[in-house]
Amino acid sequence: MIDLVLGPFLEFGFMRRALAGCLALSVSAPPIGVFLMLRRMSLMSEAMSHAILPGAAAGFLVAGLSLPAMTLGGLAAGLAVALLAGLVTRSTVLKEDASLAAFYLISLAAGVLLVSLRGSQIDLLHILFGTVLALDDPALLLLGGIASVTLLALAVLYRPLVMECVDPLFLRTVSRVGGPVHLAFLGLVVMNLVGGFQALGTLLAVGLMLLPAITARFWASDLSGLIPVSMLAAALASVIGLSLSYHADLPTGPAIVLAAGGLYLVSMLVGPRGGLVYRLVRPRHLEA
Amino acid sequence: MTVPPRGAIAFDGLTLGYDRHPAVHHLDGAIPRGDLLALVGPNGAGKSTLLKGIAGEIGSLDGRIERDRGAIAYLPQADEIDRSFPLSVLDLAYMGLWRRLGPWASLRRHRGEALAALAAVGLDGFEARAIGTLSGGQFQRALFARLILQDAAIILLDEPFTGIDARTTDDLVGLIRLWHGQGRTIVAALHDLAQVRAHFPTTLLLAREPVAWGPTAAVLTPAHLARATRLSEAWDENAAICARGHIHEHAHEHAHEPLHEPHDHHHAGAHGHDRDQRGDVRGEIAHKAAPDPDPARPLHRSAS
Repeated sequence: MIDLVLGPFLEFGFMRRALAGCLALSVSAPPIGVFLMLRRMSLMSEAMSHAILPGAAAGFLVAGLSLPAMTLGGLAAGLAVALLAGLVTRSTVLKEDASLAAFYLISLAAGVLLVSLRGSQIDLLHILFGTVLALDDPALLLLGGIASVTLLALAVLYRPLVMECVDPLFLRTVSRVGGPVHLAFLGLVVMNLVGGFQALGTLLAVGLMLLPAITARFWASDLSGLIPVSMLAAALASVIGLSLSYHADLPTGPAIVLAAGGLYLVSMLVGPRGGLVYRLVRPRHLEA
Repeated sequence: MTVPPRGAIAFDGLTLGYDRHPAVHHLDGAIPRGDLLALVGPNGAGKSTLLKGIAGEIGSLDGRIERDRGAIAYLPQADEIDRSFPLSVLDLAYMGLWRRLGPWASLRRHRGEALAALAAVGLDGFEARAIGTLSGGQFQRALFARLILQDAAIILLDEPFTGIDARTTDDLVGLIRLWHGQGRTIVAALHDLAQVRAHFPTTLLLAREPVAWGPTAAVLTPAHLARATRLSEAWDENAAICARGHIHEHAHEHAHEPLHEPHDHHHAGAHGHDRDQRGDVRGEIAHKAAPDPDPARPLHRSAS
């Protein structure tokens, strides 16, 4: 059993690289996902993940399948959409979800158009589904860098970010950091999506961000529990997904995200915090 | 006008509103430091709007508010608190320390202070409970604990006792009186007139226009209250632009206000000093602390 899991990682360098990349992503993306979930912005990250496509595609057009070009392009496009949507939200009647939807649709269509201008079906598939088994040194460094910056930024922004989530009006009356903190958080979302896009592709980049966070909700009740549990779930999903994809010869990105999905389904059933089973067998209520 | 001392609030021709329609119209006057002021008026009279204006939540359409924004603690009527967020009662109270501690200073050293604040509002033993499990009254107590930790010179309370039972209200009113004794400035929007009479020395009766402002007994007369009811909720979709400019002082015609009465130029009450400082007529509009001479007087410009 142990051999079955460890074997491929011991044997093949590309599997070790894939694991390292996925573990880096597993410590940075899930905490972001926890905040997204708690702010009811889960689907917003999905929209953002599509918004980075034209940037990556533009990078691809200029430099081919080059990591720095596509990363920079993705970051630029994601941040631009986040900022534009924020600007429209603040200066017009549109709410954030509507303005974001408008911009990400424009962005997604532009991205698909750019890719189809030059390049083959295979290139498009690379961008959409990622290349986790072909992570080279720069890609690994990028994932590690993103994880480091994310954890550092979360540590620095933690208190105002929690306050902005719980009681934005209060934070507005006592301080002006609310807006900048929100923007910094959106920046972190975009960064982690670009990281996820290296490994899992734009379509599934959100997978390792949200599924572990949502899974953690069934195991922990506050942030000090949610964040570590979500990281653990993501790491577990990475190992399971990589092993599965090796042994059953499945595409890796979908296998990892499906593993995370499986963890979610199991947690939803047996998780001690509001899991279905616990709801069915209600323990006797207390005296007071 | 010079900047008032920390804890005082001054209004200078203040007009607040939405979509150019005033909800608080040309308010002048000052709330001295240490005042315990009740804001009274019918729904739509502009009480919440005025508190939002003081807190800096909305900008003014005209005129100015002079106050130290850093000295304000504000308890809104409709808070934006996400009660499903997994946060403990103690953490909610800790938020009150933000101005003192900022984003990074350790909270642990202030744990005793926060627990004492929770005890002061009758929530001892609740510190580890999630905010989502509290009842309405308990939640309001927790918010008052946060106000205690804010340690602010000015405390704004927007209908703090709506939907709160008598015992909790009594406890929290006791806290307000304690703050008053400590010399803090407190402005509270309230509907319970008996409560106002019992605990609040001064009252501002608002009906978009200030109807009366001064000692509570002189303000809460049947005549004033009837007038406030008549004046409120006059939202005219096609209202003309207000001629009573902030710059020119003597525009007295209010063609845009179908239900406006002539100004009675009586001048009494605790806040009369304001007029003397500036010597303009706007002070008179604001301070109608004297009884209305004839509340049954027909409206001089009825809504056609």
